[in-house]
Order: sequence, then structure tokens, then C-alpha cells
Amino acid sequence: MLEVRQLARPGLLHPATLSISAGECGVVMGQSGAGKSVLARAIADLDPNEGDVLWQGQSRNAMPAPQWRRLVAYVPAESGWWAQRVGEHFVHPDNADDLLTAVGLTTEAMNWSISRTSSGERQRLALVRALAMQPQALVLDEPTSALDASSRQKVEALLQRLLGEGVAILLITHDAAQARRLGSRFWRMEQGRLEPEQMPPEL
Amino acid sequence: MAQNGYITLQYWEVAASALLLVITAGLALLFQAGLARSLVWVAARMVAQLLLVGLVLKFIFEATNLWITLAAATVMAGMAMREVMRRQQRPLAGVWRWLPGSASLLFIGVLAVLYAQLVVLRPEPWHAPRQLLPIFGMILGNSMTGITLGLNAITEAATRERAAIEARLLLGCTRWQAIRPFAAQALRTALTPIMNAMAAAGIISLPGMMTGQILAGAPPVEAVKYQLMIMFLIAGVVGLAALAAMIGVIWRLTDERHRLRQDRFAQVG
Repeated sequence: MLEVRQLARPGLLHPATLSISAGECGVVMGQSGAGKSVLARAIADLDPNEGDVLWQGQSRNAMPAPQWRRLVAYVPAESGWWAQRVGEHFVHPDNADDLLTAVGLTTEAMNWSISRTSSGERQRLALVRALAMQPQALVLDEPTSALDASSRQKVEALLQRLLGEGVAILLITHDAAQARRLGSRFWRMEQGRLEPEQMPPEL
Repeated sequence: MAQNGYITLQYWEVAASALLLVITAGLALLFQAGLARSLVWVAARMVAQLLLVGLVLKFIFEATNLWITLAAATVMAGMAMREVMRRQQRPLAGVWRWLPGSASLLFIGVLAVLYAQLVVLRPEPWHAPRQLLPIFGMILGNSMTGITLGLNAITEAATRERAAIEARLLLGCTRWQAIRPFAAQALRTALTPIMNAMAAAGIISLPGMMTGQILAGAPPVEAVKYQLMIMFLIAGVVGLAALAAMIGVIWRLTDERHRLRQDRFAQVG
């Protein structure tokens, strides 16, 4: 179980509490600038924050931050790249083959030059890069915002498969239909306050 | 007046060398380039500065007193540290604005000049200002440039490459691993001027110090030996000083939970 306890950043995030079981997808929705990414960054411990986050009863404060981030992987909405070739950005390139095909890319992608990839390709590569670490929980910020319908379906299918394998997912999305397809628990972020929410209605 | 190939200049001979500059100033006046006044002014200022420094050096050399030499070295180090601080494009907040640059400049600079005096040159006495001050000056000047370039490159990377650095952190890198590619690039930037100087030395340019010694009548091979010693010292010191300053800044720009701390930059405006 991924447990967020009284996680807060003064002025940006009111103490937020939520929990997601292994194999479950929790969805956080809300307008841009409401504080969704602040919450995600705080879970990954990327900014100084108050409160605690636990995975399977183990507090992140009890382990070095790099170990925590490999266990609970956060994929930001905006991906970062530093080397020329795609493959150089992978800590575990051997794990990537199956994941690449699952999101509709080929294993050839590892040899691509980053500057020639599209934003949709980079979004999927960033997800694959994180999944190749084989994390036990995922925090995904808008993971399909730059994708066409067919790629989005492939990514969602992959996420469903991971849920089946017992991975816990916290999904941040603007897409109500996607929230309905993947989520089983829902929250809404408004001006830095996280409130439980019903499943969004069908349009 | 020639003596061992060394030609002592008379004051009128120095004045004669200014003739070309006077012609340039006259032409500037003619073309109304608005340059003549400032040209004459900087030239006059240079005369005053250099005469003054000549007199000060004459006094220091004649005294050859440890405390007087130390005082002169302190003034030089202070100026260099101030320059490092002023040239930072993206300074950190608080004492960190000056601490990493100044501390590494001073520590490495003093270490290097002591090494030069005690191991390499061994003048009598060991603190002889004729050797100590020019060497300290060259070390300071070059380290200053190296530190400034290195720090500006690393703070620039920490600002612009935030997404990439945090992506590395999120893949389980420690703070040092995460920033390593950018630190390597910054170190290359810091070392570029001295590497260029080494590559060009003797082929494209005759280093200023060597030229001076040759003009002053020193045998060319002796001048070359001095120049090599200085180049080795400078290149080593620039690398060490820039690296030390960068490590200090990286340490401050990240924290023990392996986060990038952009909030520790000085607030702009």
C-alpha cells in the first residue's frame, strides 16, 4: 500500500492524506496550477516538504532518497534528457525491449537521437525508462497528454497489466474518460487542497 | 644603453613609443570619433597605475620582508576574490555567494605559490617577493577566470537543465551522479582558456612572460623553462581551483535527500 500522510508544502500544498493499495489505481484530477504536480513532486521527495510517505509500511525517511525513487517511480509531465542517444538515458536498458513494444515503439528506438524524437515518443520513452527500473509503485503526471488515441490505448493497456502485477499507481490526469477506465479511487486537487471525489461522470 | 643584450630604456625613449598612439588620437579627433578624450585618459591612467606599481614593487623588493610581502599578497588575493564574486551571473544566496569561489581561490592559490617557492624555485629567502608576487599574481589571475567560468557553467546548468538533472535523480542517481555530466562540461569550460593557451604557446603566440624575459636579455631556452613552469602551475591550479569551487556550489545546490535546490539561488532583483 502507498500511504501519503499529512504531506504538505507551506503555501503550496495543504496537508494531504491518501492511500492506494497494491494493484490499485488512484486518480487525482483538478485544474492546472491546483497543486497536482506539487503533490507528485512531494511524494518523490524532490522538494523540501513535511509529512510522510510509506510503501508497504516502510517510510521513505528510513531509506536514502535514491532507493525510495527506484521503489516509487515518478514520471513528470515534462521529461528530461541529457545525452544524445535514447539508450544512454536508461539505467537498465536490458529491461526495456518488452516495454518499448508494449507502448508501440520498436527496440530500434534505443539508438534514436533524442533531438529527432517527437514529444509523443519522448513521453512514452520517459515512461519506459522509469518502468525499466521495475518500481513497485508509480506516480504518473499526465502520462498520455501528447499521445494519439492508438498510442494512448497501448499505454493504458500496459498500465492495466502492471496493476494486474500488483503495482500501485497514482495517476494525475485531465482526461475524465481515462480516469474512469483506470481509476478505482478518486481525489480532486483545488488550490492546494486534496479532497476525496466520486468517480467522474460519463460525458 | 646596452648591457648583456638588455637595453635600459630612457624616459624619452618610452615617450617616443607613444608617438603612434598620439597619431591615432589625432586621427580620432579629426574623424570626430568621440574617442580621443577616452584614449588619452586611459593611456594617462595606465602611466600612473604602472609607475605607481613600479614604485611599490621597488619598495617591496628592497624591503624583502615577509610581512610586507604577505600584505601585498593579501591585497592581490582580496581583489581576485572580489572579482570572482562580481562576475557570477547566477549567485547563491547568503555566504554561499562568495564562499566556494573565494575559499578555493585562496586555498589552492596559496598552496600553489608555496609549492612554487619551496619546491620548484627555492629562492633565498623562500618568500623573496621578486618570485613570489608575480607567480602568485599569475596563479590568481588564471584561477579567477577558471573559477568564474566553471561556476557560471554549473549554475547555468542547474537552472536550465533542471528537468534533466531531476530525471536523473528520479532514476535513482545520487546528487553527485545526477549532476556529473553537467559538472564535467563545466570543468571543460573552465579549462578551455588555459588549454588554448598551452596549444597556442610558441606557435600562434609567444607567451607574454616569455617575451618579456627575452626582451630583458634572458637566453631563450631559460625563458622557455620559466614559461613551462608557469604554464604547468597555472593549468594544474586552474583545474583544482575550479573543481573545488564547483564541488562547493554543487553541495549547496543539492541536499542530503538528493534534491536539486534552486531555492538556494539568490533572489533576482
